[in-house]
Amino acid sequence: MSLWEYANPRKFLTTSERLLPWFWGLAGLCLVAGLIWGFFFTPDEARQGATVKIIYLHVPAAMLAINAWIMMLVASLIWLVRRHHVSALAARAAAPIGAVMTLIALITGAIWGQPMWGTWWEWDPRLTSFLILFLFYLGYIALWQAIDNPDTAADLTSVLCLVGTVFALLSRYAVNFWNQGLHQGASLSLDKEEHVANVFYLPLLVCIAGFILLFVALVLYRTGTEIRARRMAALLARERAGA
Amino acid sequence: MIALLLRDLKLAFRAGGGFGLGLAFFLIVTVLVPLSVGPQTSLLALISPGILWLGALLANLLSLDRLLALDWEDGSLDLLATAPLPLEVALGIKAFAHWLTTGLPLVLAAPVLGVLLNLPTAGVSWVVISLLLGTPALSVIGTFGAALTVGLKRGGLLLSLLVLPLYVPTLIFGAEVSRRGAVGMDVTTPLLMLAGITAAAVALLPYASAAVLRVNLR
Amino acid sequence: MPDLGKYGDTVLSAYGVSIALLIVLVGLSLWRGRRVRSALAEVEERAKRNG
Repeated sequence: MSLWEYANPRKFLTTSERLLPWFWGLAGLCLVAGLIWGFFFTPDEARQGATVKIIYLHVPAAMLAINAWIMMLVASLIWLVRRHHVSALAARAAAPIGAVMTLIALITGAIWGQPMWGTWWEWDPRLTSFLILFLFYLGYIALWQAIDNPDTAADLTSVLCLVGTVFALLSRYAVNFWNQGLHQGASLSLDKEEHVANVFYLPLLVCIAGFILLFVALVLYRTGTEIRARRMAALLARERAGA
Repeated sequence: MIALLLRDLKLAFRAGGGFGLGLAFFLIVTVLVPLSVGPQTSLLALISPGILWLGALLANLLSLDRLLALDWEDGSLDLLATAPLPLEVALGIKAFAHWLTTGLPLVLAAPVLGVLLNLPTAGVSWVVISLLLGTPALSVIGTFGAALTVGLKRGGLLLSLLVLPLYVPTLIFGAEVSRRGAVGMDVTTPLLMLAGITAAAVALLPYASAAVLRVNLR
Repeated sequence: MPDLGKYGDTVLSAYGVSIALLIVLVGLSLWRGRRVRSALAEVEERAKRNG
């Protein structure tokens, strides 16, 4: 029994079918509980007032925006090295989720920034690099959609993901150098001195768990959809060839 | 190798090769910017390094779709792929030819167009140096983008969407060198970063370009 | 309903936009998943019948 058995599409489908209800359920539970806890039962922060409640959406979305890309990178590498189709399709399935998460992080950030910094948008390094990350997601998705042959598309997008990762990191440092920002430091550090106070920290953790579970559920589900779509295309092609 | 370089150069200079187009585009951008932001010379002097960089970037982008497309259509890319010369080297040479026909003219034209934008004299040399160091990276990255989209019928827009985010680090450091140079600040750090990005891109990206081109030729 | 003070619009719009985006994402995924699943079932049925 090894992990690679799940690279078999049929095995992947049956297993994910069994796991999915759990992930959907837990994700819904954590999100509802965390957001209600955060929205109704946490105090206002001294300086930021009620806007601090936005943190329960902003931080998890931003975390996932980055981690979705990392997951795509790993999946692309697995595809390039071991040629497992499920892996390539999982990368494809994850990209739109990552893009939406980036968008949520950007929008909530802008809404939050308006009363706090007095501006919707500031060319702050973190904001700017998220915008650039969003562009990378768009390019990646567009490349997948532009190419008809699925294996060619998987190869090309995988290489783009690798090259894009290097350039995204470079952009991050370039942007840091280019402008000093308004954005506060890490809100999640394990270092007690640095992270946000416990009243905000605990519901935030629940929300993060909810977002991660939702991401896993969505990736599993969408990968299943991609596998079926691929199988359908193959069957239709055979049908046409037979007819 | 040299024959390939000469062939690419000859094709670019021939009518319809698009040699002058990039330059003309660069000129148009620098004319349009004052028309759009107003003629105040102090404002233009402030933003001129950035405009020159942006213009060079867009002019460079404009010529990318013909970098491999013509060779793809007449089948000479297949010949290149089966030739004894490694595809990595061949693509490196094609990128170099692209730089000679697009990047280098832009570098040489930048000081002249800088006059139109009231570029401070202290900044001229830094703009030229930063473009000289940065444009090779643009050509190599562009070759990668062209190799990615070469098989597509309407790859032009997609090509820009893929390539422009990859241009970001070069643009930031290049424009930063020019900006700091123009106001007399220390330029060592961005200059080193710019040169480092170009060196790394020139050394590594041809491998990625060759890999995706092989996929596309399959 | 907690008292959001003068930041009511800010917080509510942030929650509204984010939750709407999440719902759209989940909804589109489920919709496409269902469609592909039923289409595949149909094609597989046809393939079986035609041998």
